Amino acid sequence: MTVARPLMLASAVCLALAPVAVAAQEFDGQIAARKGQMFTLGISLGVLGGMARGNMEYDAETAQAAADNLVAVSQIDQRFTWPEGSDNAAVETSRALPAIWEDLDGFTEDWVAFGEAAAAMQAAAGGGAEAIGAAMRDLGGTCQACHEDFREPDS
Amino acid sequence: MRNTILVLVAIALLGAGVAWYATRPAPLPAEVTAGLTGDATRGEAVFWAAGCASCHAAPGAEGEARLVLAGGHRLVSDFGTFVAPNISPGPAGIGGWSLAEFASALTRGVSPQGQHYYPAFPYGSYALMEVQDIADLKAFMDTLPASDAANQPHELGFPFTIRAGLGLWKALAIEEGWTLNGELTPEEERGRYLSEALAHCGECHTPRSAIGAMDRGLWMAGAPNPSGDGRIPGLTPDELDWSAEDIAYYLETGFTPDFDSVGGTMTSVVRNLSNLPPEDLQAIALYVKALYPVE
Repeated sequence: MTVARPLMLASAVCLALAPVAVAAQEFDGQIAARKGQMFTLGISLGVLGGMARGNMEYDAETAQAAADNLVAVSQIDQRFTWPEGSDNAAVETSRALPAIWEDLDGFTEDWVAFGEAAAAMQAAAGGGAEAIGAAMRDLGGTCQACHEDFREPDS
Repeated sequence: MRNTILVLVAIALLGAGVAWYATRPAPLPAEVTAGLTGDATRGEAVFWAAGCASCHAAPGAEGEARLVLAGGHRLVSDFGTFVAPNISPGPAGIGGWSLAEFASALTRGVSPQGQHYYPAFPYGSYALMEVQDIADLKAFMDTLPASDAANQPHELGFPFTIRAGLGLWKALAIEEGWTLNGELTPEEERGRYLSEALAHCGECHTPRSAIGAMDRGLWMAGAPNPSGDGRIPGLTPDELDWSAEDIAYYLETGFTPDFDSVGGTMTSVVRNLSNLPPEDLQAIALYVKALYPVE
């Protein structure tokens, strides 16, 4: 009995903790998908930014393809990739702040604003490096707005 | 025996009096700003470079609303939470202040009522400002909308509630002069002025001692985030390997060299600095590249 009691207690603790561990693992796919979207944006922005900064020769077709990719990602419906509980407090690999789920409207607004800026880039991309540069500043503003409130600072 | 105690008490009182007198609030002499006229257009550039809106715009304000300096931003520190006051040009803010009073606040941390300000207001950095820039800044701020938002009290524990103690803090913690010295190009000097005096980068990017003084031996080496989340990154050459062009582009657009974006509290800094002319951003970038590596 005296041996069994601590064992029972230990089992109870394990059972209590188990759902958290399972849940965290369950979100691996969603978190990878979120990061994949961000990296896809980063690669396309790298092409556009490279041209805007003069580090890469301007080419209308390449610029257009990159801008089209931004728009394509902005059109992915986000409802399946942000399940509640997939925040940085619950999952070590995530930098998504719990503030997202406390202010889903604000979070959604930021994503919509990004979509509008991506569409503006799509319209500007054929107009030369200078036009891209101006559109990059607006796009950057929409990235920042979301990362200010909803992403854990880099450390 | 009784006489000895009386003498000791007298000495102690005298010592306290001398300490109070030596560290009493000392406004900037009025003649320093006498006869100066501010230029509001030039003052706008000073305003964005000095980052006033980051703390004094209402929390969450965007776009034009960042020019309403209603206050309310909460600055969490080891000493308590400071709440930024209303500094809009109205009765609830700093309307009616003279240029001398405004300059005393910025460079001496002394209020028109003759009280010490808490150093959450970075007057230790602003002390390096040129007086003409202060006059220009005031001229610009006088054109901004007034807000009637009431000031909220700081949330501090004893003994930090005693403002008189701040005189001693100032004497111990504030070092005059530039931190980056030596042979600098005119562009690097401009960058030093923008970074050390106006943008007060060191206030976050430099670690602090136990009394909260910036540790100038570790200038811009990175520091714990006072809010407790993560770390403010270092900008010294051993920590940051971006090119000057990368740094200038980041301050203009918020994009890192691999096209991630700025986040957290630095977002507000980029929002301010992106209003500066390209040559000023380039100057800041060159200053950052000239920083001493941490030994």
